Amino acid sequence: MHSFAEMSARERLAALVDAGSFHEWLPPSERVTSPHLAQLGVPAAFDDGVAIGRATLAGRAVFVAAQEGGFMGGGVGEVHGAKLVGLLRRALRDRPDAVLVLAESGGVRLHEANAGLIAVSEVMRALLDVRAAGIATVMLIGGANGCFGGMGIVARCADTVVMSDIARHAMSGPEVIESAHGAGEFDSRDRALVWRTTGGKHRWLCGDCDVLVDDDAAAFRDAAIAALDAQRPLTLEALQQESALLQARADLDDDNADAFVLWSRLGVPDARAVPDLDADALRPLRPAAVAALARGGA
Amino acid sequence: METLHFAFDGGTAPAPFAPTLVGVVASGNLEVLVEPSPDTGCRIDVDTSARGFGAVWEAVLRDFHERHGIAGLSIAIHDMGATPAVVSLRLDQVIAAIQGVTP
Repeated sequence: MHSFAEMSARERLAALVDAGSFHEWLPPSERVTSPHLAQLGVPAAFDDGVAIGRATLAGRAVFVAAQEGGFMGGGVGEVHGAKLVGLLRRALRDRPDAVLVLAESGGVRLHEANAGLIAVSEVMRALLDVRAAGIATVMLIGGANGCFGGMGIVARCADTVVMSDIARHAMSGPEVIESAHGAGEFDSRDRALVWRTTGGKHRWLCGDCDVLVDDDAAAFRDAAIAALDAQRPLTLEALQQESALLQARADLDDDNADAFVLWSRLGVPDARAVPDLDADALRPLRPAAVAALARGGA
Repeated sequence: METLHFAFDGGTAPAPFAPTLVGVVASGNLEVLVEPSPDTGCRIDVDTSARGFGAVWEAVLRDFHERHGIAGLSIAIHDMGATPAVVSLRLDQVIAAIQGVTP
């Protein structure tokens, strides 16, 4: 076991792909850094918080990106976003077997908000273009900061979402919800509440993530290899079907109940025991009602 | 933010190496990028979020240069409030990395 959450982005990349196969584009020595942070008097990062390049995975050609959660919470700035978009557009030209994103991000980097917002929307469009072109797109969420905001949406645009049980994935982060609606609505210091509302186990039980793994680099690598051939059709019919399933799930929760209650309504036996289960024990508990939302779960 | 520049003379050049990065720009941490340089000494540029610690940087970097005695290096640092001990460890790490030593 080697904790994926405790690794830096570059360590995760090295552990995920075939040893020594990563070739970086726009490496740190190119110094493609944020022009906005310098103006604000904040130290930049030589890679603007994301490493991109090509590699092989189980011998097959892949493109990869890894976001560094330690730098600005993995926030997507203008350069960071442009690197992701460039990687995806190059995938359209070079046609690797898959594009893998090791996501760890709080969303748009607030220091460069407008540029970051545009960048995230460009990432979404580029990722959907790649998926529509028949190239597998895989989001691997295992960092300690989770995957939130615009990157949370990007994740759901992909063919496959892989999460560890300690990873988190959502739109607004806990502090953001508390700021907007008060601690009575959502207490961001209640870590058990935060994890059962955004964590990997919740996403698995609700059908939002396709693969649930332990917090282990080798488990993420195995899941990434399995996802190389896992694609979902990007058709109007498939989207309408997914939308109907999501609506049915939302109808179960029209009173915004706690996750425990939602799991019970979905048919999870003994929902109160879920936080204490490990990934192996939890996997068989995914309810039939949401299994069709996830790839391979129908 | 404060930008500092240092240059230390003397030392011997290492075997040829590719530009190498260690560390990340995170709270209490720093990234160090080392590149070959035709200079005879060791040039170090620092961007740090903590203002007013030039004398501490000078002491830590001079100690680094004296311990390793390496010339022909250009080192760039992006710092987010790392302590002197962490800075020294990162610098040792980057020297180990360009010498092919796995820490």
